[in-house]
Amino acid sequence: MRVWTWTVALIAAAAVGGCATTTPQAKTGKTSAEAPSKPKPLAPGLDPLVHADAFPSTYKPMPSRPTAVVGAAVFTGTGALIENGVVLVKDGRIEAVGPNLPVPAGYESVDGRGKWVTPGLIDAHSHLGVYASPSVPANSDGNELTNPVTAEVWAEHSVWPQDPGFNTARVGGVTTLLVLPGSGNLIGGRGVVLRNVPARTVQDMKFPDAPYALKMACGENPKRVYGAKNRAPSTRMGNVAGYRQAWINAADYARKWDDYRAKAAKGEKADPPKRDLGLDTLASVLRGEIQVENHCYRADEMAQMIDISKEFGYHIAAFHHATEAYKIADLLAANDICVATWANWWGGKMEMLDGIEANAALVNAAKGGCAIIKSDDPDLIQRLNQEAAEALAAGRAAGLTITEAEAIKWITANPAKALGISKQTGSLEPGKRADIVIWDHDPFSIYARPDRVYLDGAIAYDRRDPRYQPRSDFELGQPGEGSR
Amino acid sequence: MRGLLLSACALAALTIAASAQAETVAITHARILTAGPAGEIAQGTLVIRDGKIAAVGPTAAVPAGARVIDAAGAVVAPGFFATGSLLGAVEVGSLGNDLSVNNPDLGAAFDVQYSLNPESILLPVARLGGLTSAVVMPIPASSRGGDEDEGDELTAGGGDSGSRSHALFAGQAAVIHLAKGDDLLTRAKVGMVVPFGQAGAGVAGGARGAEIVALKSALQDVRDYMKNKAAYDRAGYRDLPLSKADLEALIPVVQGKMPVIADVHRASDIRAVLKLAREEGFKVILSGAEEGWLVAADIAKAGVPVLLNPLNDRPESYEMLASTMENAARLQAAGVMVAIESDGGAHRARETRYNAGNAVAHGMPYAAALAAVTLNPAKIFGVADRTGSLEPGKDADLVVWTADPFEPLSQPTAVFIHGQQQPMTSRQIELRDRYKDLNRAYPPAYTH
Repeated sequence: MRVWTWTVALIAAAAVGGCATTTPQAKTGKTSAEAPSKPKPLAPGLDPLVHADAFPSTYKPMPSRPTAVVGAAVFTGTGALIENGVVLVKDGRIEAVGPNLPVPAGYESVDGRGKWVTPGLIDAHSHLGVYASPSVPANSDGNELTNPVTAEVWAEHSVWPQDPGFNTARVGGVTTLLVLPGSGNLIGGRGVVLRNVPARTVQDMKFPDAPYALKMACGENPKRVYGAKNRAPSTRMGNVAGYRQAWINAADYARKWDDYRAKAAKGEKADPPKRDLGLDTLASVLRGEIQVENHCYRADEMAQMIDISKEFGYHIAAFHHATEAYKIADLLAANDICVATWANWWGGKMEMLDGIEANAALVNAAKGGCAIIKSDDPDLIQRLNQEAAEALAAGRAAGLTITEAEAIKWITANPAKALGISKQTGSLEPGKRADIVIWDHDPFSIYARPDRVYLDGAIAYDRRDPRYQPRSDFELGQPGEGSR
Repeated sequence: MRGLLLSACALAALTIAASAQAETVAITHARILTAGPAGEIAQGTLVIRDGKIAAVGPTAAVPAGARVIDAAGAVVAPGFFATGSLLGAVEVGSLGNDLSVNNPDLGAAFDVQYSLNPESILLPVARLGGLTSAVVMPIPASSRGGDEDEGDELTAGGGDSGSRSHALFAGQAAVIHLAKGDDLLTRAKVGMVVPFGQAGAGVAGGARGAEIVALKSALQDVRDYMKNKAAYDRAGYRDLPLSKADLEALIPVVQGKMPVIADVHRASDIRAVLKLAREEGFKVILSGAEEGWLVAADIAKAGVPVLLNPLNDRPESYEMLASTMENAARLQAAGVMVAIESDGGAHRARETRYNAGNAVAHGMPYAAALAAVTLNPAKIFGVADRTGSLEPGKDADLVVWTADPFEPLSQPTAVFIHGQQQPMTSRQIELRDRYKDLNRAYPPAYTH
């Protein structure tokens, strides 16, 4: 270890100091007098912008063939419902969607008559893999509750791909999900967007080119966790001081790197800041590269979080849980912030006392509002369509006019927006990934179940064909295997 | 003057309440799901008189002077049961509830009937989910530590352990009704909750086998106590680990009058419970029973009913490895009487109707799922003579729905409990209406 450190220090010194005799560049005969010496790359791992994608996606779509789903009622995820529609899939992408499309030769025709089609569902808030089943302490990897700011941890390093919950979620039509760290910390770390495919490694599940997420949390959880440890934060004002200090640290860190790079670019002597994983993540947020996903229940706290985002210059992609979003639906819409919430969950603690079933519908009703129904739960993730139906019914009971074609966006297009993957999935539009669910009933019915789920045009699940009913390693040889 | 006015208002309210009690109502042109022997009536009339169902059928006559509600093809169904509920005994999950006791002198004797709060804001919310009755159950020691429906991942409960004989028994459940008023109780002492499996092992010192021995010993103590009360009272009898109150409370259990509500999940633990009940001669109701389908024939043969949440389909713990969405359907098909619970049974109790719908989607016949949230829990907890189906003579506990009550897009339009029409509002509805329009000149606090 000591040797390693010493070596790194030498290389670093060489890189920044233009120490002519030890660099390969020196052997070319150039000297610093002739031209500014190009800054040497730092040692591997020391520059956050080099090899920034440290755990690259190795996702590969499963095999697919050109497919036409014919005759179904198609919810496009763009606000339309096409009766008797045709969805054409080629090379794993949506080729065309319409009411009267001819099926090209060579396409496998899937009879969709009497059925419904939606985009693959997207769960904007999951802990699958990080709080895996069975929920034993050994599988509890979702909350690094050892420091109120753990921006340095990444949920993907806790994801267990064999969590049987991925399979049950897919049976419910979920094709993409955001796996987040827990909410015990002010800043809980990076979340990761996953393709819901059975895989050996989490890298095989990582959604290509999806931005990372940063999990932040308001309110009771952080102050309870750290108050109980007799350390800050133990109050909501302590929470806010904690966020602001973290962003000050991040801004300062970003400035040091900027200074270093500016000097190095001019060939001036410069000492690089020591890389800090947590500040890397926060600095990336300040550069707009990471989506901020903020757990926050109360309206007044959400308003404060918005002010903090403006103070430090970042954008909040979505408030999560946000059971009081309906109280500030106008403010949230004006700031282009989505609301990822439930219909039915309320009252578990003081900050969720005012949760109402119509929350999503009232958010949706605000001009520019972006409502999302999410799970935060390995059971609810199997029935996002039902939770959306409950939210829709509550909206209608409140006197709002909302179509099913609009409400389906709460579990498709809107979470895609909040996750920063709208260009790739979330609706059935040409060129997007062919993530498709075929339902046996209207998805807003309690009796609706996916008959088939496609990911990138490949059959990932078929209710009637055991060949497309994957089982995780954990399930093999256990009681009830195959009878689920 | 002001006091006078208030009194006048109060008087008026009382008069309205009294007249509501006696009101005769006829619901006409309804699709009636009776959950009773009459089955489903495609179109008929239901008459409510003196708080009871006076008549129900395709040709039932509308009495003179009755208030008529023309359902115009909408659905009338019995009010649903929240089985395994915390209603009336919890307000905010994190603030705790009145169903958990950790008192060395009080286990079996704990009786939830004295914990109930008719003013709970959860009750109107539950009513709007079509619930009119609930079975409120004590929470066993080892499942304490967090309210299941608290909401986010940080609130998962922890267990406790250590051998405590009183904790073998969590206490006695009660059936309540959800009518607005000052008394929720329908029937007290309807069952004795006992944790088995991992939770039972926890209270018995760590091993499943230890709990069975401890229970046998405790029940023998009850029998000995019954035979030697006089000696016990003059301190002339051997020491018994249970308190006198607990011993007394267990007498109906050893007499086979009060069922044990066995909180149990794993197939092997279910078999152990059935065997213990046979050996000790007590009646039993299984609660949880996620792996029940693996031993469905045994359960059916024993004539033991099952309370279950049909949504439990993950290997959530090592006691539920074989859990499946088809558990309800498979048990019912094997001849087991099934009652369907909601998740958590408190803030989310209104999901009971969706859980029944999900059971149908996974193979349970519709009529069986309807019975599982109406007549079956009424039978299991001994109140079927009063409620649970739409039959003449029973309490008028019923709900008018826009359509199929299991569908989320269906809404209740009228709720009757004991023949009294319930207000169709809740604190949640008041919040909704306060914030529906954010452009009012004055702050929302002025809207109420």
